[in-house]
Order: sequence, then C-alpha cells, then structure tokens
Amino acid sequence: MAKHNIPEVKADLENTTGIWGMAIDQDLCTGCQACVAACAMENNIAFVGETDAGYGRSLHWLRIEHAFEGEFPEVQTSGFQPVLCQQCGNAPCEPVCPVFASVHSQAQDLNLQVYNRCVGTRYCANNCPYVARVFNMRDYDRPEPLSNQLNPDVTVRRRGIMEKCTFCIQRIHKVEDQAKSEGREVLDGEMQPACAQACPADAIIFGRLDDPESRVSKLAKTGRGSQLFEDLGTLPRVTYLKEEKDYGRLG
Amino acid sequence: MAVLANSATHAHTSEQDHEAHLREEHLMLDPRPRGEMNAMVMESMQTTSWKFWVAAGIMAILVAVCLFYYWGYMIANGLGVAGVNRPIYWGIFLVNTVFWIGISHAGTFVSALLRVFKAEFRRPFTRAAELMTTFGLVQAGLSIFMHMGRVWLSYWLAPYPNQRGLWPNFHSPLAWDFLAINTYLLSSTMYLFLPLIPDLAMARDRSTGWRKTLYRILALGFRGTEGEWTHLRFAMNLFAFAILPVMFSVHTIVSWDFAAAMRPGWSSTIFGPYFVIGALQSGLSAVAMVLIVVRATMKNMKYFIRPEHLDGLGKLMLIISMSWAYFFFNDYMVQWYNGDKWTDALLHFHEEGPLGWMWYAMLIFNVAVPWLTLWNKNWRRNPTLLFTVGLLVNIAMWFERYIIVPTSLSINRFPFTYQFYKPGVEIPLTIGTISFFILLYMLASRLIPLVPVWEVQEGQMAHSLRKFGKETVVTVSDLE
Repeated sequence: MAKHNIPEVKADLENTTGIWGMAIDQDLCTGCQACVAACAMENNIAFVGETDAGYGRSLHWLRIEHAFEGEFPEVQTSGFQPVLCQQCGNAPCEPVCPVFASVHSQAQDLNLQVYNRCVGTRYCANNCPYVARVFNMRDYDRPEPLSNQLNPDVTVRRRGIMEKCTFCIQRIHKVEDQAKSEGREVLDGEMQPACAQACPADAIIFGRLDDPESRVSKLAKTGRGSQLFEDLGTLPRVTYLKEEKDYGRLG
Repeated sequence: MAVLANSATHAHTSEQDHEAHLREEHLMLDPRPRGEMNAMVMESMQTTSWKFWVAAGIMAILVAVCLFYYWGYMIANGLGVAGVNRPIYWGIFLVNTVFWIGISHAGTFVSALLRVFKAEFRRPFTRAAELMTTFGLVQAGLSIFMHMGRVWLSYWLAPYPNQRGLWPNFHSPLAWDFLAINTYLLSSTMYLFLPLIPDLAMARDRSTGWRKTLYRILALGFRGTEGEWTHLRFAMNLFAFAILPVMFSVHTIVSWDFAAAMRPGWSSTIFGPYFVIGALQSGLSAVAMVLIVVRATMKNMKYFIRPEHLDGLGKLMLIISMSWAYFFFNDYMVQWYNGDKWTDALLHFHEEGPLGWMWYAMLIFNVAVPWLTLWNKNWRRNPTLLFTVGLLVNIAMWFERYIIVPTSLSINRFPFTYQFYKPGVEIPLTIGTISFFILLYMLASRLIPLVPVWEVQEGQMAHSLRKFGKETVVTVSDLE
C-alpha cells in the first residue's frame, strides 16, 4: 500500500469540504418511512423478523427518529429526524477496526465498509456516536418472492458482518462511469441514492459538496443547516435543515 | 515486644513457647529434610480420592456442554443466539475477557513482584499463582474469540505477510490487544516453566511408568549441576523483571479498548491504572481462594500453606481494595466533573437504572466488605472467611466490568436507540469458561508439583533462629 487511508494529523482534515454530501430538510420530512423501505430494497438489507427487530437488531441503515414527551393528552412530539451514517470526514469508526474493514475512500471521501474483511469485533459500532452501524446477528432467510428482488450490484452479507449506509456507492460508481464515458463531469442531481429518490416530500437532497453551485452545497449554507454533534469533530457530510421555530413541536 | 516482657517472669518456658510458636507459624523456620518434602509433594500429587474424579468429571461435562457445544452452536447460528443487540454490541463475552485477564494478572504479580522484592512468604505458593495466570489467560483468549462475529477468520488479526496484502491496523486497540495477550500468554508460560524445571527433575527421579516418561521429557535433562543452576537463576531473574512491565502493559492495553473510544463513560484517561488495580483486586482474591481450596483438599498442603500466607495475602487484598476505591472515586469524579450531559445521564443510569443494585453491590463487596473484615488479623487467617471475602470481591469485580461494558453501552447520544441487554448463550459459555479453568487447574494439580520444593528449601536454608542473650531472633542470610 503506497498510501494509507488514515490521516495522521486531524488538522489535515479540518478544511476539507467532502465530495459527496446530503442535506435533510426536517421541516419537509413527514416521517413516512419510504426512504427506509427504499434503502432496504436497494441495498439487499435482510429482514430480521419481529422478535429480533423488537430486541433492537433490525438492520435498517436509516432510521426515522421521533421522540415523545409528556403524558397524554399533553404530549409534545419532536420533528422527524432521519439518521443514517454521516460519512464523517474524520470518522471514529475507522481507526478502531483491527483489520481495515472500515476504511476511508479517497476517491469519494466516504467511509467504506469492506464486508469481506470484517471479522465482527463490532468495535466500529461502539465507537460510532450516531449509532449508524448494524450487525448481521444471524443468516436471515429470504423466502421465495423476496429472493427475486436482490440487487445484483450489492453484496449479500452473511452472519457476523457489520454494515452501514454507503450513500448507495454502487449508484455513485454507475453515474461516475457514465459521465467519464461521455467525457463530462457528473451533473448536479444526476446521482440520487435510493432514499432521496423515494422521498415524496423531496426532503433528502444529495449532491457534490465540493461544487459550490450544487443544490446541496447551497442548502447547507442557508443558515438553517446544522450537523449532528458537530462538537465531536467528526466532520459529518450530512446537514440537517430546520427553521428556528418548530411549529408547536419539541426542539 | 510482648514476649520480652513475659520472659522476665516465666523466662525458661516462655522462651521455648516462643520458639515453638515461631516454628509453627512460619514455614521458613520449620525446616524439614529435602527428601521428606519431596516425598510430601509427590504424595500430594499422586493421592487422588474418588471425590476428585467426581468433581473433575462434572467439570469435564460442563466444559463439553457449556463451552464446546454452545460455542459450536453459536458459531453455526451467529451471534443472534447471544444477547448482543444495537447499541449493546459488546456483552458478557467482553466482560469475561477483561475478568479473566484480571484473574491472570495476580498470578504473575504475586510471583514476580514478590520474587523481585525477595518477599520470603511467597515461596510455597508462587507456582499455584503462576498456574492461575496461564489458565486464566486461556479463558480470556477463548472469551475474546467467542465475541467475534466471524471467529474462523481471527487469524486476520495476526501480522504476517499474506496473500491479502493487508497488515492489521495498528491504530486499533484491538490489534494491540491481540498482540499483548499473546505476548503475555507466551511469557507467563515460560515464566511458569523455568522454576518448574528443577521440580520436574525431582519428580522424574521419583516416579515410574508414564509419569517418568512425561517428566523426563519436560525436565529437559536437568541434573542440578552448578552450571545449570547458574543459568536457570539468571533466566528466572531476567523473566521476573521483564514480565512485570508486560503485565502492566496488558491490562492498560485492555483498558484502551474502552478509553480510546469516544463514548460517554468510556473515554476516561484514568482507565489504564484503574484497570490494573481492578485486575489485581480480583486476581489477588482469586489467588487466596485457590490457595484455600488447595490447602483444604490436597494432602500435605497444610504444612506448606499456613495461616501466615493467608494473612499476607489478606493484607495485600486490603491495600489493593483501598487503591481500587481511590481509582474508582477518581474515575467517577473526573467523569462527573467534565459536565458532559451524556456522561451525566450515564452516571445516573448506573446508580438509578434497572441495574443500580449491581452498582451498589460492587461498592459494598469491593470496598465495605474487605475494609470491615481484613483489618483483623484473626479474620484474615480464617480460611472460610477469607474465601468468602475473595468470592465476594470477585463477584464485585465481575459486576464492575459488567457495568463498564453492557450497562454503559445501553446509554448513548441517541435516546431513540436505548436498549436493554438480556444475555443468551453467554450464560452457559460463562459457566463453561469457569469450569474449564477449574478443570485445567485440577488436572495440573495431578501432573505438576504445585509447591516449588527447591524454592521452599532454599528459603528454609537461609532462615535460622538464633539466640541473642535470652531473646530468640530470626536471621535471614542474603542468598544472592
């Protein structure tokens, strides 16, 4: 390996904007879970069944957080917050993996999970402040009709392997290859992950952060934007958009 | 001294009483001929009652069912049969790993540290303690492999030139863990083996049949010449000094698994020494427990292991318990003081959450029980009481690791994902590792001279009782 993927000095990262990024408009999100379903379809995510899901073992790469507070009828609810892997520029999951299964991609500036390398120590998941990683506790069944809908571009994971949101890297590759063969740059909006494509409210916006003219870059700079746990220094590539006023809901 | 005051009135009798008392009290002042001690150790090793075989049989069945069957079942079905979930990705397997490494710590600590500082009371039980190190590390290794999702690929953690073109990631504490535990296992096994050579040679010369063959191979042709002793002493001294930093490094590296992570409750700079002291806390208690069982069950052991040894270990346990309390308080203080709201939530969860009873039990068994009992000399010397205290301290230290691993993992920065942890096959596998430790120790007690006879004899030769006027005085000659 000529170059290793873990920068030695944190400051090297501080000024990078990232390459691919996402903006999630919480004021538009209706909590319909279409993104969760689309993500599961696109990425061959196994269905763990009722018991395991109830015990906190569902494999969703994306979850819609929705909190309640107070006693009925004085219930206040928070907005809907889709939480997925934040594709940190300075990711806590990467240095702790003993076998380089969790590595940084320099071409896309994403956190990759190399399934074939994973030995299942689950340290990355413990060190993820966003609780974005999920673990294949068993080999889950795919009964007859479901087995026909697997996406051929995505690896089917077996038991004992960590997985997480990849920003639909198989789609990114497809779009990049297409643009390269046509001798042009990737157009803004050309690449859409499954969750953004499925969102009926257009609350998930995806694009290039290194292009200041892209829709996601402009939205991220509007002043409505914030990032999850910025103080941890993880440099997340997902920006959450939210107005100050909260339409009668919890903050 | 009180003896001196008494001697004025009953000069003659009390002097003799005093001398007899000293000889009864201290193994080093109660010498027996080498041949007799050899015979005693050989007899203790070869006298086996039916009770031993019943106990060994039960342990073997428990190992077969609880360890091998359930582990195979878990490998075949995945970690779903265990209790781990999101966000509690590490459960009892990691608790057991840290616990067994802690147990394995004290063996080397007692042996190497007391050897380096020439503490004479160590002599009869260094071997018994070193065996604990090796067998405890076996359980720690098994537990960490159980915990892995794809254990059949665990060799990927080893740094060797391979077709995958990948080295392990040396940024990861887990890669260092793997190396540290391996180093410790190898060096502690060598450290166990070196002082064993003269005793194996002794056993070789006094046995027949398969035992003779076994000891002949293991004794490496040791005959006891001056040259052999010089080399052996040099090697043992070297290892006693070298293994101490290895011992400290192992448990600090284990603590990095937690301290290096950016989690509330884990990210604590005091974890290194806190874990080392915690390891000694459980390990010393385990040494005391093992010695009490050995003394009660094996023949002739009442001569070698005396209340003075329990007394010495009891004092050490008390000091370590006080140090543990200090480090616990320090860790708690620093975490509370940083004012992070997630850490605050976690500390409240420890005390007021559903497992709050465990937190209080940890403090009572680890601090209150030793402090209230071990200050008393007669209580320290009472085997039943010391065994109970040792057991409670070990339970408390297991609780401590349980609080650090699954309980702390229940709380993270996303209340939406909070979960509780219900152990699954972890329970039989924990029983399996405990049984495996006991089984290995039982088998070793039949195959290895548990008391280093040469070391006891060496000490006895160096000690003598002399009279200065009317006062009996213990003198120790410097051996090296």
